Amino acid sequence: MKISYRLREALVGLSFIWIWIVGFVIFTAYPLIRTLIFSFSEVKITADGIKTTYIGWHNYRNTLFMDVKFGDIVMNYVVETIVIVPIIVAFALIVSLLLNVKIRGKGIFRTIYFLPVIITSGPVIKQLIDQGATTLPGIQDLIKLNELHDSMPAILADLLIFLLTSFITILWFSGVQMLIFLAGLQKLDSTIYEAASIDGASRWESFWKLTLPALNPMIQVNIVYTVIMQSVFSLNPVINLIQDAMYEPARGMGYSAAMAWIYFLVMLVLLAVLVLLTRQRKSTR
Amino acid sequence: MLSINRRIIDKTKRLLWGFTGEGIVFKIGVYFLLTLIGFVYLYPLFYMVTYSFMNTEDLINPLITYIPSGLFWDNFERAASVMDYINTLWKTVLASFVPAVVQTVSAAVIGYGFARFRIPGKSILFALVLATFIIPPQITMIPQFLMFKDLGLIGSLFSYVFPAALGQGLKSGLFILIFYQFFRSIPKALEEAAQIDGAGAYRIFAFICVPMAVPAIIISFLFSMVWYWNETLLAALYLGKELTTLPLELQNFAVTYQKMFPVDPNAQTGRSLNEAINMAGTFMNIIPLLIVYFLMQRWFVESIERSGITGE
Repeated sequence: MKISYRLREALVGLSFIWIWIVGFVIFTAYPLIRTLIFSFSEVKITADGIKTTYIGWHNYRNTLFMDVKFGDIVMNYVVETIVIVPIIVAFALIVSLLLNVKIRGKGIFRTIYFLPVIITSGPVIKQLIDQGATTLPGIQDLIKLNELHDSMPAILADLLIFLLTSFITILWFSGVQMLIFLAGLQKLDSTIYEAASIDGASRWESFWKLTLPALNPMIQVNIVYTVIMQSVFSLNPVINLIQDAMYEPARGMGYSAAMAWIYFLVMLVLLAVLVLLTRQRKSTR
Repeated sequence: MLSINRRIIDKTKRLLWGFTGEGIVFKIGVYFLLTLIGFVYLYPLFYMVTYSFMNTEDLINPLITYIPSGLFWDNFERAASVMDYINTLWKTVLASFVPAVVQTVSAAVIGYGFARFRIPGKSILFALVLATFIIPPQITMIPQFLMFKDLGLIGSLFSYVFPAALGQGLKSGLFILIFYQFFRSIPKALEEAAQIDGAGAYRIFAFICVPMAVPAIIISFLFSMVWYWNETLLAALYLGKELTTLPLELQNFAVTYQKMFPVDPNAQTGRSLNEAINMAGTFMNIIPLLIVYFLMQRWFVESIERSGITGE
């Protein structure tokens, strides 16, 4: 029997990939579907196992309209993410630019900046935050917090205060992004810059018109990565809420499943918006 | 005469301000910024280390802020016993090393399959791979937990290992992507040469492509291990009571401490939980990671650059 080359190639390829397909079906697709079903039903754990009774959109309605806590926390999360993600990405960009300069001791700085990635686990960060190790000493006094409150609307003031006090935490979350930018920067071709300067471009211009566009895919990757990290990190209050609801006998797993799905959708929308905002427009010549 | 002066002036200007970053002033500025930022980064760790050595008098004493009066090792002893340190350490190593190895192997195999072969529906499958990276574990957590419970896998390392082996481990999508990029950048000529010599696909993979993929393997393994180590959400759920990890113990630190060293709230004995003990516990938590990091940090950082994750 003659097997065509293409068919053979496909079969061999499949022999490498099939474990993923099996894994996906068992550990991702199936749980996803099940959570979806849960979110539409009332889940009771009985002696025989899990009993689910279909109750339509009930869980969703409860979460969205009746659970005040959930709505609040999710809104908080959205605002925080929108604020934090650009800061982290911008900071990573700046630091990677600094690190790209030919100075001695680059390696040491890189090591220091990447260190937090290794030790960041939920409890470790929580302990550090609790002990106040993450706010620079004196920063409270430096910025007269009360004045801030008076001079601008409460939301902005709260946001600024939040930023200033969790400054270090924000920095600690930018390690991986920094490395991605660094890797991208090092791939840049220096001859373009020479050509541009011959044509009279200033350094500022060449940064905006050459470096940034070249880094755009990395900016997008970093944005996606940061949003996902923020959403999944164990100190995230939404996560806690979902987890707690899981064990609540009154509303149970169906409820928390609905919450998880809503949260997921919110995250997806956030991701889509951010990625669309940063896509490169094709220039018309 | 004039032209020589001119040249000297230009040279000095070049030396100082530089053109694309060679000037001294510029470099000093960069150094300054980097050091400043470095200080900000290290401050929490500095805080942690100094506090963990303080005894209660130091804590109360307002004059002592950064340098403890002596090396007070008691805090560490206390913290170690609360977390059952040696035991938990071993368990944590197990719970991160094994899944990391499994995940790396499976990601390499799967990444290679995607990179080198034309398969019908490949783009859809690949999109799904990326999707697994985006899906928060919280969504799949509950049914997975139920599934593991029914299979009796809760509390065993297999609840980590099985998904990892099948490409569904912690952030597996990322590693599959890394291997995919990496294998794509290997020149096909090498494989074709081997093919001509009669090597089959599996042999090519194992003996040619894998040895070349060392940077990707290193990244995948190191990051896997670190992420599995630091994972508390899934660990709490899947690993049960017996198989705890160091971060989990830290999470329950206060509670466990109360149970082990019950304190009469009216007595000021200084045996109650204070910041120093907390910090000692945190410090002990990250010491293994720090040691590994300093030994391997070159690989961590360099491998990212060499793995071609940025696409070439």
